[in-house]
Amino acid sequence: MKKTGEIEFVTVTIGDQLFGLAIDRVHDVFAADRVTRVPMARDEIAGILNLRGRIVTMIDMRRCLDLPPKDDISNQMAVGIEFGGESYGLLIDEVGEVMKLPAAQLETVPVNLDSRWRRVAAGVYRLEEDLMIVLDIDRVLEVQPREAAA
Amino acid sequence: MDDLLRDFLTETSESLDVVDVELVRFEQEPNNHDILANIFRLVHTIKGTCGFLGLPRLEALAHAAETLMGKFRDGLPVTSAAVSLILKTIDRIKKILGDLEKSGGEPQGGDDDLIAKLVAMSEGAPTPAAGQPKPKAEPPLVVQTLERELRPGEVSLDELERAFRETEVEIVAVDAEPAAAPAPVTAKKEEPAAEARDPKPRRVNIRREEDQREEAAKAQTLRVQVETLERLMTMVSELVLTRNQLLEIMRHKQDSEFKVPLQRLSNVTAELQEGVIKTRMQPIGNAWAKLPRIVRDLAKELNKEIELEMHGAETELDRQILEVIRDPLTHIVRNSADHGLETTEERRRLGKPEQGTIRLSAYHESGQIVIQIADDGKGLNTARIREKAIAKGLMQEGDKLSDAQIHKFIFASGFSTADRITNVSGRGVGMDVVKTNIDQIGGSIDLKSVAGKGTTLSIKIPLTLAIVPALLVESAKERFAIPQSAVVELVRVNATSKHKIERVKDAPVLRLRNKLLPLAHLSSLLNLNKGAVETENAFIVVMQVGKKNLGIVVDTVFHTEEIVVKPMSSMLRDLTMFSGNTILGDGSVIMIIDPNGLASTLGARLEGEGNETEQAEEEVRVNEAERPISFLVFRAGSREPKAIPLSLITRLEEIDAVKIEISNGKYLVQYRGGLMPLVPINDQVKVRSEGMQPLLVFIDSNRALGLVVDEIVDVIEDRLDIQVGSANPGTIGSAIIGGKATEILDVAHYLPLAYADWFIRKEKGAKDSKCRVLFVDDSAFFCNMLLPVLKAAGYDVTTATSGAEALEIVEREGSFDAVVSDIEMPGMSGFEFAETLRKNARFADIPIIALSSHSSAAVVERGRKSGFHNFVAKFDRQGLLTALKHVPQEISKAA
Repeated sequence: MKKTGEIEFVTVTIGDQLFGLAIDRVHDVFAADRVTRVPMARDEIAGILNLRGRIVTMIDMRRCLDLPPKDDISNQMAVGIEFGGESYGLLIDEVGEVMKLPAAQLETVPVNLDSRWRRVAAGVYRLEEDLMIVLDIDRVLEVQPREAAA
Repeated sequence: MDDLLRDFLTETSESLDVVDVELVRFEQEPNNHDILANIFRLVHTIKGTCGFLGLPRLEALAHAAETLMGKFRDGLPVTSAAVSLILKTIDRIKKILGDLEKSGGEPQGGDDDLIAKLVAMSEGAPTPAAGQPKPKAEPPLVVQTLERELRPGEVSLDELERAFRETEVEIVAVDAEPAAAPAPVTAKKEEPAAEARDPKPRRVNIRREEDQREEAAKAQTLRVQVETLERLMTMVSELVLTRNQLLEIMRHKQDSEFKVPLQRLSNVTAELQEGVIKTRMQPIGNAWAKLPRIVRDLAKELNKEIELEMHGAETELDRQILEVIRDPLTHIVRNSADHGLETTEERRRLGKPEQGTIRLSAYHESGQIVIQIADDGKGLNTARIREKAIAKGLMQEGDKLSDAQIHKFIFASGFSTADRITNVSGRGVGMDVVKTNIDQIGGSIDLKSVAGKGTTLSIKIPLTLAIVPALLVESAKERFAIPQSAVVELVRVNATSKHKIERVKDAPVLRLRNKLLPLAHLSSLLNLNKGAVETENAFIVVMQVGKKNLGIVVDTVFHTEEIVVKPMSSMLRDLTMFSGNTILGDGSVIMIIDPNGLASTLGARLEGEGNETEQAEEEVRVNEAERPISFLVFRAGSREPKAIPLSLITRLEEIDAVKIEISNGKYLVQYRGGLMPLVPINDQVKVRSEGMQPLLVFIDSNRALGLVVDEIVDVIEDRLDIQVGSANPGTIGSAIIGGKATEILDVAHYLPLAYADWFIRKEKGAKDSKCRVLFVDDSAFFCNMLLPVLKAAGYDVTTATSGAEALEIVEREGSFDAVVSDIEMPGMSGFEFAETLRKNARFADIPIIALSSHSSAAVVERGRKSGFHNFVAKFDRQGLLTALKHVPQEISKAA
């Protein structure tokens, strides 16, 4: 990540944690309904859905981060991402706002963070009220060997 | 790059491919003037166009090659060195064309080396042999001289003249140059001469017809960019989806004015779809075009004589698929040439024809395309593969696998047995890559190898990938699509239907027309919910994967829909159970089941019985012991597994032990309205007094016997290979089944234990004097299995273990009432036996019934010709009895 200039982030919450996604990677935000389960797929895959004629592979960020599932699974929101010519959707709890933050203020990920979190975290911002973890989207979508995912 | 140049490139590379093929043909038939004329014409066109477009390098090369070919036409003997040189030249031309395509201009450099060789060969050529037609036989040319030396690429006038004469039809038709005008006159004059020296003047006419047809065909084809077609295909896919959506909406509305127009739209869409798919179709010959050349070069390099036969080159398939299989095919053919076929010397020593053959064939079969690559070489080196498989940890030293199973290892990743890394194959790209490619497109590959006879690879691939009809099913509340091409039939099971899901231990099976179909619940295959699975009310989708049938149990079957296959995202690609996903008419997304993945998960081995598609002769060659049969494996008395061929058992039961009664010192149970005696299979087995007692039930014309065992373990398909015989009554011997030493029990031993008269008893309606039956089978095992059945039915049975022995017995003991003979026997086959017997007038009337594991039409036909009266499947006891009862009247007369 560049150390100069400002980066725009879309903030989302997963569990109680605030995350930031680089805005140029976010394709759209949509409500994820009628998700078809994919049997035998790795754990973090919530399923597939039809988004305006495209088939989108949905990733459950809670499972990805080893968080307990959400109680109320209606009105799930998702962030649409394009990766390697394919469409993915990250299931999140809530979409927040767009935030512009200086690249220089990004701090490294604490070493004592849970390894699953550390894998997908690109850095941390200390905001006034919260900490915001910058999500490394490539890492989230990287195809992991099965053992690691299980 | 301008359009002209682009057109030139496409056209030229096509022409060159043709030249490649034709040259190889020409080398084999150097006297075929048609081929030469065709090559000459193509090269000439290339040369001409190059000159026109200002491509001096290409022009010079083409010219030099053309000159040499001109010499061939004049009677220069065609040597393979010369052909090699021309092929080399063509390679160079292709290389230049490749650069031209990339950069838009000819690359730097010269071709003097090649040109010099070509010129040397055409000039230094020895004068034509005496027997060969001499150019002097032609009417002398008017010698026209040019004031200066010819520049490279220029044609001397007499050559031009000759070119005109040879190709007069086309030139008249196409070329409007006035210079062409006198040509036909010359040609006409020449014609009688041509007839005089050519024994088959018809050829000339044929060529003309072809030329004209080609002309006509040219006018009706159009070059279209592949992208345009692809885009069209995408649009049609979208249209199909929208149509499906509309149909889905309409399904819920009974009366609507939209119904009729929608129906029309639907039909038009279907036609459009078909049309677009057709535009994507290409003959498979396109993927084969490079093979003759490759094989020729290999033959030279490896010092082998190889003939490449190609059948069904016109079979069409989707170009997307064509691209995928092109390389695998090339690889397989290379393999056949390199490893499969022996050197000429070796073949001579083995008494085989010196020329090895690689036969490529393609044809349509039930919505799929089958491509076969067969060679008549030495076959796979089983020992070597075995060694390698053990070294790679794919199997254990002691594993007892059939040859066919061992051969399958060549498809394992990173498996190459080439002793040496040759230039040709063994470069690390092995059969595993071939298999992966073919799997990718939903195809399957099968292999059959006979040592010393050759190897045949069969590849089955779908016609198209983009839009396929699929059956929509539901399992555990989830819907899935199963490609219709894999679905054979649907069977409904519920409380009242005649089909029921039965269980052998835990494995669900279905009896379907005398065959036991292994079943699997889709929900458990997909780990959907491990809870209660519906077996009372379900649908069974019978699928054929490879040669194997299997049944998938689902909760509901909806309808068939044309689905547009979309690839899965890379995060899902490791799922072998699915081949893609699709959007349905109602907008939901569903996964498409991959029948191959399903079958391999089910552990179904792809070889095995199933539907035979091979030819009769090939089937007969397969050794009996190689054919896997299903065994019921159980425990009785000890830990060691015991087994009985499943087909001999009528039913498997578990009864409540409290229902077992003892009467007269025998265990009995009330079963189906009668009393069934229970016999412990050996002394160590205790009949249970509580809980469930597993039984193997044998029923034979209203009599039932229950064999008491401790535990039913499994049904395992394996080949029968008795390793250690047994002196124990009741045991045939030991074989390895499912990797474990297993005792094979002799059913015949147990039947009289329950009914002392089991064998003496006559079948109702049998005559007083026993019918004498001669039973011929080389396998003692089958004799043992079927003998009790025949005896029980009241026949007096004599056995013979070979055709020769049977003939002796017939000779000695006189007439039998019927002969039952196996077909696959070492030495004299059943066919030969029957033929021999028929030839002897004394025995010509004896009815002969064939026992065969195959009942394909071809085998039956062959059998009828040999004199068999009837065909019975090997394990079909009832069928055999019926057949014996119905043998022609001769029996009763004789008896």
